[in-house]
Amino acid sequence: MEVLLNLTINGIATGSLIFLLAAGLTLIFGLMHVLNFAHGALFAWGAYFGVWIYTQTGSFVIGIVGAIVIGALLGWLLERWIIQPVYTNTMSQIQVTMGLLLVMNECIKVFFGPNQVSVQLPSYLDESWLIGGVILIKYRLFVIAIGILVFLGLQYMLKRTRLGLIVRAGVMNKEMVQALGVNIKKVFLYVFILGCGMAALGGMLFAPYSGVIHAEIGMDYGILAFIVVVIGGMGSMVGSALAALLVGVLGAFMTFYVPSVALAVNMLLMFGVLMFRPAGLLGRG
Amino acid sequence: MMTLLKVDRIETYIDQYHILQGVSFEVKKGGVTVLLGRNGAGKTTTLRSLMGLNPIATGAITFKGEAIHHLPTYEIARKGIGYVPEDQGVFPDLTIEENLKLAMRKTDEATLERRDWILQLFPDLKTFWKKPSGLLSGGQKQMLAIARACVNDNELLLIDEPSKGLAPIMVDKVMSVIIEMKQRVTVVLVEQNFYMASTIGDDYYIIDDGRTVHTGMMKELKENEALKKEYLGIA
Ligand SMILES: Nc1ncnc2c1ncn2[C@@H]1O[C@H](COP(=O)(O)OP(=O)(O)O)[C@@H](O)[C@H]1O
Ligand SMILES: [Mg+2]
Repeated sequence: MEVLLNLTINGIATGSLIFLLAAGLTLIFGLMHVLNFAHGALFAWGAYFGVWIYTQTGSFVIGIVGAIVIGALLGWLLERWIIQPVYTNTMSQIQVTMGLLLVMNECIKVFFGPNQVSVQLPSYLDESWLIGGVILIKYRLFVIAIGILVFLGLQYMLKRTRLGLIVRAGVMNKEMVQALGVNIKKVFLYVFILGCGMAALGGMLFAPYSGVIHAEIGMDYGILAFIVVVIGGMGSMVGSALAALLVGVLGAFMTFYVPSVALAVNMLLMFGVLMFRPAGLLGRG
Repeated sequence: MMTLLKVDRIETYIDQYHILQGVSFEVKKGGVTVLLGRNGAGKTTTLRSLMGLNPIATGAITFKGEAIHHLPTYEIARKGIGYVPEDQGVFPDLTIEENLKLAMRKTDEATLERRDWILQLFPDLKTFWKKPSGLLSGGQKQMLAIARACVNDNELLLIDEPSKGLAPIMVDKVMSVIIEMKQRVTVVLVEQNFYMASTIGDDYYIIDDGRTVHTGMMKELKENEALKKEYLGIA
C-alpha cells in the first residue's frame, strides 16, 4: 500500500514536469500549427542555466526565476529569427526545429562540458515526513504544487483574459481574428515566449528532482511531452494535463516493476489511445 | 457625396491562378454599393483583397484618401473596415458574448452604446448570450457576424452574401437591419439574391470573370432585363 502511494505521488510529480513541457507544445501547435521539435531543448537549457544561476547565487528561487527568464528570452529570439520565417511551411518547420534541437543540445556541451552535472536541493526543500508509513518528500509536493499552479494560471489566462480569448479564437479561425483588428503575429510571439518559459521552468525543477542533469534530458523529456500532447489531443490543454498525469504515474509504476519496458509502455499507451480516439483523449477529430 | 473607398484596377492571384484581372469601383459615403455577378466571378475574392486576406498584385485600394493595400489585415480592419465573410466566420466554441468581446477594440461609452443598439436590433443574440455560437442557427450566426462587424466605430462594412442559406423571413430581417445600419455606416454588399440587392442597393457593379464590366444605379438595373440576363442569369 505504501509503495503504491509513494509511486503514485512520484508519478504525479513527474507528470507535473512533463506537463510544463507539454503545455507549451500543445499551445504552440494548437494556435500556430507548429510542431516544435526543439521544445525539449528549452527544458535542458532551463535546467543548465537555472542550475548555474542557482550555484552562483546560492538561491534556488533566483535559479528558478533565472531559468524562466532565459527560457522566455530564448523563446523571443527563436520565434523572431527561426520559427517566424517557416510558419507557412511544415516541411521546413520540421527540419528547422529538429536542427535547432541538435544545435541547442551541442551548445550545452560546449558551455557546460560533456559530463553530467549533479544538483543539490536547498536544505529547506530537502525534507520529508513519515506519515503512517508513507514517506512524503517535500520537493515532490513542491513540484506538484507548481504544476497545479501553472495549470490553473493557464486556465485563467485562456478563459478570463483577452489574450486567452484571442488564442482560443485563433485556434479556430486565424483570418477572422485578424479581420477583427487583432495583430495575431504578436499573439504568436507571446504564446511562444510563454511556452518556452514553462519548458525552462520544467527543466529547472527537474534538475534537483533527478539529482543529475545531462544534455540529453531535453531529448528524453521532449519525447515524453510529444507522447503526452498526442494522447491528450493536439491543442487541448486539459487533455495534456490528464495525459501527463497518466504517463507520469504509469511511468513510475513501470520503472519500479518492469524498468526495461518503461518507454515502450508509453508508446503502447499512445497507440492504444489513438486506436480508439484518433484525435486523442480531448482532441477534436 | 464623398468617395469613401476607391478600388483601382486591382489584380489578385491565388497561388498561380489569376483570379482578379482588373476590378475597379468607387463607394460613396453613406450608401449601399452592391457587387453582383455569377458564382465564381470573383466577388468574394474582391472583398478578401480589400481586407488584405488575398493581397493584390497590382492596382490600388484607397480608403478615405489613404492607400491601404500594402497594410496587413489587422491594420486595414483598424482603419475602420468591418468584414462579414461568406461563411460568417463566427468562432463556434466561443459564446455570443465572447465573440462580441473579441471584436470590441475599445470598451468606451460609444462602443457600449453601439453594442446595445445592435443587440436591440437582434434580440436573439441577447437571448442566447452565453451559448456557444456554433450551436446557433444560420440566421443567428449571420446576425452575430454582422453585430461583430458593427460594434466598433467602423465607417465601412463589407458583407458577403448575407442572405445565403437563410429562410425568407430571415432574409427580410437581415435586410431591415442593413437598411437601419445605413444611417451609421457605408456598406459594400455582395448579394446574389436580386430582391435583396435591388431593395437596399443604391448603386451596383457587375463583376464577371474577375473584371468589373458594368456599373449604374440599382433602380435602372431593375428595369434592364437584357443586362440582368447577360451577367446575372436572371430574367
Ligand atoms: N483558394 C482558391 N484557390 C484557387 N482558386 C480559387 C480559390 N478561391 C477562389 N478561387 C477561384 O476564384 C474564382 C472567384 O472565386 P470567388 O471570389 O469566390 O467568386 P464569387 O464570390 O464571385 O462566387 C473562382 O473561379 C474560384 O474557383
Ligand atoms: Mg462568393
